[in-house]
Amino acid sequence: MGWILVASAAVILFLQNYPLYIRSVPTENELKFHYMVHTSLDVVDEKISAMGKALVDQRELYLGLLYPTEDYKVYGYVTNSKVKFVMVVDSSNTALRDNEIRSMFRKLHNSYTDVMCNPFYNPGDRIQSRAFDGMVTSMMIQVC
Amino acid sequence: MEAAAGGGCGSGPPLLLSEGEQQCYSELFARCAGAAGGGPGSGPPEAARAAPGAATAASGPVADLFRASQLPAETLHQITELCGAKRVGYFGPTQFYIALKLIAAAQSGLPMRIESIKCELPLPRFMMSKTDAEIRFGNMAELHGTKVQIPYLITEKNTFKRMDDEDKQETQSPTMSPLASPPSSPPHYQRVPLSHGYSKLRSSTEQVHPAPYEARQPLVQPEGPSLGGPGAKPLRHQASLIRSFSVERELQDNNSSYPDEPWRITEEQREYYVNQFRSLQPDPSSFISGSVAKNFFTKSKLSIPELSYIWELSDADCDGALSLPEFCAAFHLIVARKNGYPLPEGLPPTLQPEYLQAAFPKPKWECALFDSYSEPVPANQQLRDLNRMEKLSIKDVADFPVPTQDVTGDDKQALKSATDEALPKDMSEDSASKSGLLPPPPALPPRPCPLQSEQGSEAELHPQLNRAPSQAAESSPTKKDIPYSQPPSKPIRRKFRPENQATENQEPTTAVGGPASVATVKPHPTVQKQSSKQKKAIQTAIRKNKEANAVLARLNSELQQQLKEVHQERIALENQLEQLRPVTVL
Repeated sequence: MGWILVASAAVILFLQNYPLYIRSVPTENELKFHYMVHTSLDVVDEKISAMGKALVDQRELYLGLLYPTEDYKVYGYVTNSKVKFVMVVDSSNTALRDNEIRSMFRKLHNSYTDVMCNPFYNPGDRIQSRAFDGMVTSMMIQVC
Repeated sequence: MEAAAGGGCGSGPPLLLSEGEQQCYSELFARCAGAAGGGPGSGPPEAARAAPGAATAASGPVADLFRASQLPAETLHQITELCGAKRVGYFGPTQFYIALKLIAAAQSGLPMRIESIKCELPLPRFMMSKTDAEIRFGNMAELHGTKVQIPYLITEKNTFKRMDDEDKQETQSPTMSPLASPPSSPPHYQRVPLSHGYSKLRSSTEQVHPAPYEARQPLVQPEGPSLGGPGAKPLRHQASLIRSFSVERELQDNNSSYPDEPWRITEEQREYYVNQFRSLQPDPSSFISGSVAKNFFTKSKLSIPELSYIWELSDADCDGALSLPEFCAAFHLIVARKNGYPLPEGLPPTLQPEYLQAAFPKPKWECALFDSYSEPVPANQQLRDLNRMEKLSIKDVADFPVPTQDVTGDDKQALKSATDEALPKDMSEDSASKSGLLPPPPALPPRPCPLQSEQGSEAELHPQLNRAPSQAAESSPTKKDIPYSQPPSKPIRRKFRPENQATENQEPTTAVGGPASVATVKPHPTVQKQSSKQKKAIQTAIRKNKEANAVLARLNSELQQQLKEVHQERIALENQLEQLRPVTVL
């Protein structure tokens, strides 16, 4: 159960509701982002459980807009192994469409899988892969 | 050494080597043997081949050396036959020296017969490639700088008479020798290059070797029968030697400092890596799983983050396992890191898997020696063609090592011991499978069912990302086999299953594929190139499937947990029911 948060802002990747990876672009508001992410974790859990245990494999990975605040929009994505990705973007960034968010999550998921494939990575560790960092950086640059 | 060479020659005439030749040959032999033995564990083939009391030159370095002599493949074939290596199956010192003599004879234009080597011959000339030279012949220039000259002088004297005509013709073609004036005036030539040569010798430029040759010419002149001869002959030698040694010179400079090429894998290193790979995974065409590699690399005592980064760099297709080129790249990075080189930002071009596969195609130096020397590439192409032609089932996976075995086996039967044959088979398998091939022999009995079903389920995941895994596992393996054109090595390599299954696959198929037609082997190599593009596409699919794999495994564990929870809930509910029941009953 991991979290990844990407924002104009922050990238946080959580596992079992503790962070695996955190990255934010303007670093001063990081604490605020942490707070928002933690609240949104509840929303994600709710969405997951709402889909139910009925047909797990049909569950959408992309959770969509979790909830909008006045300043930020929070998007969620969860993998089948309950690794949660959370992306926080600036509301002023209206150019971002749903498809773009989806593709960004997909890229994140692919990179995350690559990190998983590394036998030296133990699930639950903080992610220290340079390739992953590079990918996230490029994504955030693109967003901002 | 001479006596041994003479005595061990067998059917050939006793071999008399001049001092210079002796030195040169023993040096070459030591290099060839040393290069092979340089890696820790050259493996059983080396041991099996050890002649009593003498080392043997490995076929790889020897093949490279022979090719460097720039003789046509046919000639090299003949030489190997004549020298007796084919007969005895290895290159002992005797065979090696005879071969070198024959090379020298061939280069001098003599016909390929045993009798040719009875006469005094010049030293064989070898144009080395970059990596070969720097390993084997780096110091030859110095070695031969002075010592060889006098005996050479003696040997040359006799050859001059014979070779006059030939030489005169050759001297008309001017050369490659940058420093010799046109050969029309041999005496002039001799004077000019002499001073040139010495001065250049001191300034240690590329003309190191030729300089001593030139020095000899004034000596030869009074003795030589004609001026044309001595002048011409050394000129010809010199020309080629200048070329070869200038190359070596550059190489030596490069090699010593390695300023921009710390990431280039040398031949010795490559052999060592390959041997290590084989110790972890007997089949060089298959993969080393992540956990095995992790255990192995942690022995290097590098920190985990560094190892993790090295893995990231070297596992180019991010599949969680290391193929042979990936393994070599990773090993090389570890070695570099241990020697203090900082890890690069990205995988250097010389360590890319494609580059490594191209630069060191494994079948070449194993089977090429006794195969046609110009044929390793066509062999690969044939493999590729075959793959292309028939996109077939996974069962072909098993078959595919076998045809390649046949190819190499045919060529080598007379040559090597059984252990040696195992090696070349592996090599050709390696190259073929690395290119992602799957040559399906036409008629093959179906593979053992359990293996098939496992592979079937594995195969399911690969092409069908969205399919429910439960369905996939149960669907008939044969049905899936046919549309599944994936190269065999990938499904064999399993992330979550040990590679002993892969070897299991190989073994029954080896037995089964025995009767596979050799004809199918021919088309193999051409397929290889074409499927490289397929390989790329397939690799992206593999990545996605890997992701699905990881996800599904976790899903599995989570489902187990959910199941437990549900059980508990049920138990709780039943308890409640029990408690409530007495009320309702009443």
